[in-house]
Amino acid sequence: MYELRGVTKRYTRGKDTVNALDGIDLTIPDGDRLVIQGPTGGGKSTLLQMLGALDRPTSGEIVLDGTDLATLSEARLTRVRSETIGIVFQSFNLIPTLTAQENVETALVPLGVKTKERRERAAEALASVGLGERLGHLPGEMSGGQQQRVAIARALVKQPKVLLADEPTGNLDESMRDEIMEVLERMWKELGLTFVMVTHDSAIAKKAPRLATIRKGRITIRENASA
Amino acid sequence: MFFTYLRRELRRRRKAALVVASGLALGIALVIVVNSVSSGMSKAQDKVLESLYGLGTDMTVTKAAAAAGDGEGGQGERPRFQFDAQDGDSDEEQSSDRVMVQGFQTLASSTVGKVADQSGVADAVGGLSLQVMKVSGQFTRGQFQQGGGGQTQGQGQGGAPSGGTGGQGGEVQGGGANFDVNSYSVYGTDVTKTGLGPLTSSKITSGRTFKTSETNAKVAVVDSAYAKEKELKTGSTVTISDTEFTVIGIATADSGDAAANLYIPLARAQTLGDVKNKVTTIYVQAADSQKIDSVKSAIQKNISGTTVTTSADLADTVSGSLSTASSLATSVGTWLSILVLIAAFLVAGLLTSSAVSRRVREFGTLKALGWKSGRVTRQVVGEAVVNGLVGGVLGIALGLAGAYAVTAVSPSLQAELGAAASGSGGGPGGMGGGPGGGMGRQTASRTLEVALTAPVSLTTIALAVVLAVAGGLIAGGFGGWRASRLRPADALRRVE
Repeated sequence: MYELRGVTKRYTRGKDTVNALDGIDLTIPDGDRLVIQGPTGGGKSTLLQMLGALDRPTSGEIVLDGTDLATLSEARLTRVRSETIGIVFQSFNLIPTLTAQENVETALVPLGVKTKERRERAAEALASVGLGERLGHLPGEMSGGQQQRVAIARALVKQPKVLLADEPTGNLDESMRDEIMEVLERMWKELGLTFVMVTHDSAIAKKAPRLATIRKGRITIRENASA
Repeated sequence: MFFTYLRRELRRRRKAALVVASGLALGIALVIVVNSVSSGMSKAQDKVLESLYGLGTDMTVTKAAAAAGDGEGGQGERPRFQFDAQDGDSDEEQSSDRVMVQGFQTLASSTVGKVADQSGVADAVGGLSLQVMKVSGQFTRGQFQQGGGGQTQGQGQGGAPSGGTGGQGGEVQGGGANFDVNSYSVYGTDVTKTGLGPLTSSKITSGRTFKTSETNAKVAVVDSAYAKEKELKTGSTVTISDTEFTVIGIATADSGDAAANLYIPLARAQTLGDVKNKVTTIYVQAADSQKIDSVKSAIQKNISGTTVTTSADLADTVSGSLSTASSLATSVGTWLSILVLIAAFLVAGLLTSSAVSRRVREFGTLKALGWKSGRVTRQVVGEAVVNGLVGGVLGIALGLAGAYAVTAVSPSLQAELGAAASGSGGGPGGMGGGPGGGMGRQTASRTLEVALTAPVSLTTIALAVVLAVAGGLIAGGFGGWRASRLRPADALRRVE
């Protein structure tokens, strides 16, 4: 479970100071599915980075399962990222020279998983997203939807508790968007993940049980009973 | 994963890797060529010194030449030849030769024993260098011719072809001289110790060398070039100052320039030169090559009036194109290599750092996946080291090709042991001073031609490998440092 208390993130560029997050208070229970929306530059991605232990807040607490990420050492943050959090990026962020299977394996490297087990688990993860036949393909040889499915397999192969997705369908057309959303929702349900997703897509937002909107660094939460 | 990732990245960035590797290769190749050429220079100098000293000689002991007129036994004086003029119709040939101690004043033979007794001396042997000048030909009187045309014996002596002034009312016509001058060097060698001294720098290519029993025998070993010129071979006889010697062997100098034309037993040489129990040079072998300086000091201190010259001293007197090239190789070549290497390392470092900048998203993603900075850095350094090793292999190939080219071309270098060497230079003395030259003041000046080679040693190859790895590590250091400073959030933000 995430508990954010008074989280502020301030960037200074020259003489200008920008409050990307301005005293965010937010609770995300285990197994929750939260969609974050908001205008560009409103602070969505910054919040996701805080949740993903990719960055530290200027002030405030980000407590994940009783541990404040804001005060952890770099080594401990790295460990949290490697064990607990899976991240899916808008641009897929696959390593272009590695095959689909090897890309998925990169998530198991920091956990010290042996090569054989690593390969097996990567193959299983790819099979679970419908890419069991494309293990040896390079990212350049796959469509955008397939690449994003590889990225999802990479995020989930380590069996994280939290899945964070930063506009996962932002670079995809409508049919692929539905395909990816179907995979993500299925995984969320099957694995009992805490799933936080940033999106611009109103169609996706409408289906979310909880919708957070961030404007000028401030957050408002809306429950969606119909979802 | 490390090697898979490494292999794929290097394959993907072949061009960039090749640029980095080529830069390093150039630097490494230059180091190999400069190193091997320097080594070749050193070998050439050794060869030059060996031709004077012979193998195994660490230093020579001599007595410095005295000023003109101060010499002993006629040294310091010009050789004089006296011939009687013959009648104009006489074709009788006259000849006269002079045997002179060459180059230096002599030392007593007992000095050899004293030198051998010095601490740190493994062996010492004395030798006597002689220069023989033989003048032979016809010398005829001029004819006095009076105005009437009758011929009268004039008083003009073999002088100018036109003759001198004759009697009254007439003039001396005709007369003159037609003669050859033959000058050659003879070295008296201690036949009981043939392992040390100038003859060791030659190989016996025909016949044999001296036997230890031939201490006073009339036998000679002839330098191959001189033998060819005079058409001498084993079994021939050669006459030196009315003494006939039998040629027992032909010696070919390793460097192509022999120490002397003829080698004869020391005692015979002393007799010929009229310098009983004297030597011109003592060749010394030190027990420990690291203690040559201390042995030199001991000899100079304990045996007064001697000049001790080591290989290093003599090397300092080498001039000519060999010396110039050697200086260039050691100064310009070394600095050029260092500069090119530094430039190559910097370029490799900057290119690697720039490559990391282009891969911010990639490394940021890996960090977001939980890769530690150290693991990312290792990956970058690993790639750079492989680039360095590829550069090393290319550089070694290029360097070997360069060194091979130098050896194949074998540029000829001249080594001059000039005036600075005179008086202090070792060896049996120079070949200089032509006929009529001031033999008493003769210096040890000589010019040798040696072919430059560029031998590549295993040490040089090892140095190249070390440089390649170092280059890779330095380049990797640049890139790794940059990669380690990346924060995953910054990296991801930059590409969004």
